Amino acid sequence: MAAISRRRFWAAHWRRAVRALRGQLAQRGEPLRRSVVTRAHVAGLVGGVLAGGAAHAVNLPEDRAEALFHVYDGGGVKATGPALLVRKSMADRVSLSASYYVDAVSNASIDVITTASPFDERRTEYGLGADYVYQDSLITLSTSHSKEPDYVADGASLDLSQDVFGGMTTVSLGFSRGSDKVGRSDTGFFDSARHWRYRLGVTQILTPRWVASANFEMVSDSGYLGSPYRSARVFGAAVPERNPRTRSSRAVKFRTVGAIGTAGAVHAEYRYFWDTWDIQAHTAEVGYSRYFGEAWLGDAYLRYHTQSNALFYSDNARTETTYISRNRQLSSFNSIGLGGKVSRRLAKVPGEYEIKAHATYEFKRFKYSDFTDVRTGAPYAFNANVFQIYVSATY
Amino acid sequence: MPASLCRLVVPALLGVTSLLAGCATEPWVRPYERERLADPIMQVSRDALAAKHFEHIHDVREGARGATGVQGGGCGCN
Repeated sequence: MAAISRRRFWAAHWRRAVRALRGQLAQRGEPLRRSVVTRAHVAGLVGGVLAGGAAHAVNLPEDRAEALFHVYDGGGVKATGPALLVRKSMADRVSLSASYYVDAVSNASIDVITTASPFDERRTEYGLGADYVYQDSLITLSTSHSKEPDYVADGASLDLSQDVFGGMTTVSLGFSRGSDKVGRSDTGFFDSARHWRYRLGVTQILTPRWVASANFEMVSDSGYLGSPYRSARVFGAAVPERNPRTRSSRAVKFRTVGAIGTAGAVHAEYRYFWDTWDIQAHTAEVGYSRYFGEAWLGDAYLRYHTQSNALFYSDNARTETTYISRNRQLSSFNSIGLGGKVSRRLAKVPGEYEIKAHATYEFKRFKYSDFTDVRTGAPYAFNANVFQIYVSATY
Repeated sequence: MPASLCRLVVPALLGVTSLLAGCATEPWVRPYERERLADPIMQVSRDALAAKHFEHIHDVREGARGATGVQGGGCGCN
């Protein structure tokens, strides 16, 4: 009974505060951050929103649209394309989303130019999702369809997110199932692959300025798990790669975000990965975000990844083995990424919509310890540039 | 269940339940103290498409995958 009374009290308080705040903002025509509404109203609004959330602690994702153009250019590969996302809620219970993503790839990577001819291809992905709020739970169902001339992937996911301990902790569970058709441009589809993903996450509010999360994910694959175009080297001779038809991996990631000063935040994260192909990987990232005035937001981050090679990976095998691969993705290497992002608010009508423009750039360097550039005989390394430019709108 | 085990388990369960119930009703960070936590810069990923692009870049070049905190992760590509 006490909880119900408290919820009613906060709900009434929230409605009063929203009415008062709307009135003041309409009079002033100013954004919230600039307005000089009384502390009581701000506290009432914030407390009311969050306590209103206590009755329905999990909120639907906000209505949103994004239009992005992305570029990856490095190691002889250039991948560009547009992407769109639209999300709209209905009846305060359901949020529907649709996405479209294109990768137009021009591939002249070292694998390709040393064993075959450069090629162009295009991957198009469509996604549909539905989020449903029931009491303190958010249930998400999503599907995706990705198509390339020689690879078709279909997937479906179910995720559940639940707030507990008065909204201090959020527990999430998820499952995905994927089914792929694998082909060659000259012979057509010849095999398949299936994927299962199970994930568990916990996000914990630690203080009013500090939050931490832990995520675990298990992925299992079966079927054709390589590339029909790629060659391995045995005694210096090129042979088709032979991968195992099953793989199972685990990954655990810890992340923390803390507020710094009055307008900044710092984040740090670490992921440890291991799998049945004997790859172990460590990935770490640190970053800093800061508002500059009312309209500008800047981000800077540093990401580092290092991994050991798969058991059957070899730059140039000296023995005949059942499985053999010279896939750089499965080799020992490290990569470092240094990135920055700038966001600017273009327009805002409080309570109605907000439009922002964003630009991201990341420099990446990949350095391989056991993959030889056969043209020079030296260990292979390359640089890559990643660009994103996009507009987002909430409404 | 042996009586000695009952003597241990039942109070332990009662204790844990009380503790959890306590957490549920008295969070140490009150709802009105969470304004800063609701700011977009405190979120794991602010923009879904930008995050998806970077996840795709990493998925096709690195041996590791998963636990990114992105719902329905995985790029559906070779």
